[in-house]
Amino acid sequence: MQSVSNYPTTWRKPPLISKPSIRYGLWLLAAVYLFFAFDSVEVNWQRVWEGGERGWRFVQAFLNPDFTSRWSNIVDGIYESLTMTLCATVAGVILSIPFGLGSARNLAPTPVYLFCRSFIAIARSFQEIIIAILCVALFGFGAFAGFVTLTFATIGFLAKLFAEEIEEIDPASLTAMRATGANWLQQVNYAVQPQVMPRLIGLSLYRLDINFRESAVIGIVGAGGIGATLNTAMDRYEYDSAAAILLMIILLVMLAEFASGQIRKRIH
Amino acid sequence: MLNINDYPQQWEKHSRTQRLLRWLAWLWFVVLCAFCWQQMNHQTLWYFVTDAPNQLADISSRMWPPRWSYMESLWQPLWDTINIATLGTALGVVMAIPVAFLAARNTTPSQLLVRPIALFVIAASRSINSLIWALLLVAIMGPGLLAGIIAIALRSIGFVAKLMYEAIEEINATQVSAITATGASPMQILDYAVVPQIMPTFIGTTIFRWDINIRESTVLGLVGAGGIGLRLNESLATLAWPQVSLIFISILATVVFSEWVSARCRKAFI
Repeated sequence: MQSVSNYPTTWRKPPLISKPSIRYGLWLLAAVYLFFAFDSVEVNWQRVWEGGERGWRFVQAFLNPDFTSRWSNIVDGIYESLTMTLCATVAGVILSIPFGLGSARNLAPTPVYLFCRSFIAIARSFQEIIIAILCVALFGFGAFAGFVTLTFATIGFLAKLFAEEIEEIDPASLTAMRATGANWLQQVNYAVQPQVMPRLIGLSLYRLDINFRESAVIGIVGAGGIGATLNTAMDRYEYDSAAAILLMIILLVMLAEFASGQIRKRIH
Repeated sequence: MLNINDYPQQWEKHSRTQRLLRWLAWLWFVVLCAFCWQQMNHQTLWYFVTDAPNQLADISSRMWPPRWSYMESLWQPLWDTINIATLGTALGVVMAIPVAFLAARNTTPSQLLVRPIALFVIAASRSINSLIWALLLVAIMGPGLLAGIIAIALRSIGFVAKLMYEAIEEINATQVSAITATGASPMQILDYAVVPQIMPTFIGTTIFRWDINIRESTVLGLVGAGGIGLRLNESLATLAWPQVSLIFISILATVVFSEWVSARCRKAFI
């Protein structure tokens, strides 16, 4: 029989990865990677050190932002961003509905399904900013290029989520509609639409929120909106105006997030 | 008394007023959209827009075939891009952990003072895109990989900390009381009762963020923060479309690769 003293008197947490060879192997791998990564990162410490003073000026600019001297540019930029966001979201939602229906396994025939899914995959794998570069090359500088960019990105985002939502509906009502002899459109209208509508509205509002954030960025490559104003301010080293623009962006993003959160809460 | 015939013979989902209100709301929305469309396009040159199909044909014919020999000078920027994403994620996660514990209602030292500050840090970091962070940092500390790494890290703080503090608030309280009952110190309570419960979320979030960061770091070079975006910017400035298409292909390949890696990691850990 074991006596009490044979039991261990201390207890240790079991490690996350139970095999010691893998556990230490991962640490070793991480160390080797870090060595090579740091080896290849060239940092001009002199320049970074000089940047300290600029950074301090920037902090001061944030504490004392200048809203007045570029106020009309800021208003124009924000106005353009907001109109662009709304138009792109509406167009994107309208276009993403057919793509969503087309990439739902339970509704679409296989060729349509494959076409829509591959379109969505392409739309999703490129960053908004890369699409914006192409759109600026195609449509010229300005808000229209931004509108096309955001619409394209919205389709990729929403169509995928719609499709997943449609694939998860309760099939009973769909079968019931089929049994009454309803055609495809009637099936969608009476069996699918009522089940997915709340999610559709919620996701569209969420995307409206994302589109506003993105509209602040794509201006950097010339696609209009507040990003263009910010880029100009940075290029002129007007940190106090840039700080004002950034604070406006943060404020509007927070407002948009709060508003869309409230509306979504009411709908669900 | 009401006769049965006085009731409507047909079922209606909405009453007359409800229908009117709905119609008015839709009308208002459509008018708003039309107004925004007008405002947005008052500076649009429609000549350029109608010319877009020709431009598209022109650019695609210039883009194909990609200049494969250019790949030799892309390996180093690609390696830099992966480094920006990985080191940035690591740095961001290290900074996000304390912020998350300070923001969670059940672990914060002070609900009135510390929690709002932590929540503001999260909101500020989340509402500024990494490209804008990079724009600021390049202006402050000069172009280079370091600006990109820090930009990615600053953007990751908000994302990781938000998901983590929500996970911390949802932990099972009985384990915390059990460890507290043994007389453990606050740090030991965190270590033995809280951390094991949030570990899966933590690993999942980190991998997810790394995946997003790979995508974002491919374009940081556009503002001078290193990586493959730098080459993209150069090629675009010189209108070298065959190089641009090769860069697009390599970005696509990197994104697919990172998605594969993150899917494998997630399966291995969770």
